[in-house]
Amino acid sequence: MIYREAGDFKTSYRSDGQTFPIRLDRWGYYAVLAVAFGVIPFVIDDYWANAVFVPFLIYAIAAIGLNILTGYAGQVSLGTGGFMAVGAYAVYKLMTAFPDISIVIHILLAGGITAAVGVLFGLPSLRIKGFYLAVATLAAQFFLVWLFNKVPWFYNNSASGQITAPTRTVLDQAVTGPTASAPAKYLICLVLAVAVAWMARNLTRGTIGRKWMAIRDMDIAAEIIGVNPLAAKLSAFAVSSFFIGIAGALLFAVYLGAAEVGEAFGINKSFLVLFMIIIGGLGSIFGSFAGAAFLVLLPVLLKNTLVGGFGWPTDLAAHIELMVVGALIVTFLIVEPHGLARLWRLAKDKLRLWPFPH
Amino acid sequence: MDQLIFAGEVFLNGLMTGVMYALVALGFVLIFKASGVFNYAQGVLALFAALTLVGIQQGQIPFAHLINAAFGTSLHHFGWTVPAVLAIALTAGVMVLLAFLIEKLVLKHLVGQEPIILFMATIGLAYFLEGLGDVMWGADIKTLDVGLPQGISDTIETATANWFGYGFFIDRLDIWATVIAAALVAALVAFSQYTKQGRAMRAVADDHQAALSVGISLRFIWVMVWSIAGFVALVAGIMWGTKSGVQFSLSLIALKALPVLMLGGFTSIPGAIVGGLIIGVGEKLFEFLIGPMVGGATENWFAYVLALLFLVFRPQGLFGERIIERV
Repeated sequence: MIYREAGDFKTSYRSDGQTFPIRLDRWGYYAVLAVAFGVIPFVIDDYWANAVFVPFLIYAIAAIGLNILTGYAGQVSLGTGGFMAVGAYAVYKLMTAFPDISIVIHILLAGGITAAVGVLFGLPSLRIKGFYLAVATLAAQFFLVWLFNKVPWFYNNSASGQITAPTRTVLDQAVTGPTASAPAKYLICLVLAVAVAWMARNLTRGTIGRKWMAIRDMDIAAEIIGVNPLAAKLSAFAVSSFFIGIAGALLFAVYLGAAEVGEAFGINKSFLVLFMIIIGGLGSIFGSFAGAAFLVLLPVLLKNTLVGGFGWPTDLAAHIELMVVGALIVTFLIVEPHGLARLWRLAKDKLRLWPFPH
Repeated sequence: MDQLIFAGEVFLNGLMTGVMYALVALGFVLIFKASGVFNYAQGVLALFAALTLVGIQQGQIPFAHLINAAFGTSLHHFGWTVPAVLAIALTAGVMVLLAFLIEKLVLKHLVGQEPIILFMATIGLAYFLEGLGDVMWGADIKTLDVGLPQGISDTIETATANWFGYGFFIDRLDIWATVIAAALVAALVAFSQYTKQGRAMRAVADDHQAALSVGISLRFIWVMVWSIAGFVALVAGIMWGTKSGVQFSLSLIALKALPVLMLGGFTSIPGAIVGGLIIGVGEKLFEFLIGPMVGGATENWFAYVLALLFLVFRPQGLFGERIIERV
């Protein structure tokens, strides 16, 4: 049982073009899915769900969304926090306005609404590029946060200006609100994360994904060979915002339970997700998961060692975390600009030749 | 009529705020022109400079928090205070050291990478510096006082009261900031026009390869440019810090320099100043005229939306070089 293609004969184009052409990879993938669906829900407790798994899955969805826009289509966005806020407020309005309809439909609709907003803010990308676009997306970030703060309709005139998720159920299990159990929260995030990853993978290896990558590599050249920049850029914004909206909806409804827009969806959230895809790897679905896992686990780890282990004050630990994250970003960009995904690929290439490297 | 005079006052105050934005934007333009790096960390550089200045002035022990936490001591101050001028000089020294380290540890290794990678590296740098500043000097809000005059200018108030029958409220600090900004720009222009290093800097800005081939040391120029940017950040940090206290939000105010740059164009020093003034006046007037109708606090986003709309019509900004793309 050695890791290589040899001996794994493909008899159809379909099997030749599959996502995991190597048998061991495929089995590994099924094994991970089996553990994620079959083992973790039965052993998960509140701490692990709230500190690790639920935020990991939610940020993985957001990272996949941003990766489609930045990694595949090459449009740098600093408005992720604002778009997540759109998802959160959309799902909140839908949950409170139509309590009888399933929350899953609400979350998907919230994604759809975010996609529409994303397309709107994506329109300038047809004229402006690069840094200019990155800064222009800051307009989305600040304007949307301001809007949700100032218009009472969005938070149903609640006195505190906060939005609070009411209890909603899927298959008679509460997934939002204070009574939701850890496995239920985990499972709804897992199902959506797997669905999003599957969609993203299949979009990015199809026609539309190749169009995005052509635009990313050189948009004028892409236009000359027949890629419509309008359709390609706006579809990237739409798909990306759809995923980011779902992530925002989950972050608010399932993870936080209650949110205040400036705090939960500020500019720092935009940077956090951007860092996830840089560390994980631009233009890689695996990288989105790896980056999300890394940046969700890092604070937990630092906090446990510094605060729990050495007894240092929490604010100091938070500042050291900032330094570590910043230094890691710079180190990754210097040593491996393609992120964890690239390291993973290199490891696999080595493994294919192992144990006879020549 | 009253309304008009009031708007005039808002306009003047906007101009003053604009000068402050322009000060931060200036640092961006300098680095962008000389090294092609879009330095997101400029705002945090200003915060870091201001924190260091306060720390040195009040004789704080650097990393006191960290040392206390690690060894169980309770250090906080050396017990002396440093005069403002000396503290500013020392802080400038720290900024030069920082510029050297940034070149040595970060930029040197990223030569030839895509601009967007460099941009993201400066975001990482910004996070690192923010954490470093907090760990070194503590995260509490500090007051900064280097002896700049503050408060409402009485002369202007009485003078305008005599002319219009209504006294304008203008902060003396803002007037000083304008004067200092003008002096700074004049000094920068003189430096880049009349000194050898300044000419070398412009040569690098024009064409890296050609500058290298006539024997200009790129690395020296980069260290120099980052030092100058650090110095500009120090000036901006002093102004903002005196105005609203040294705290984290300083780096967010500096984010406003980004739309200023987009309006003015990334490569133009006059652009940074004009852009700063437009944004400063624009957001103050918008808040004054439209703000009350939509619930206020429009200053948070007005600058970005203005820049966004403006770019749709003129992607290179007001004074930027025309963007020519070839396949």
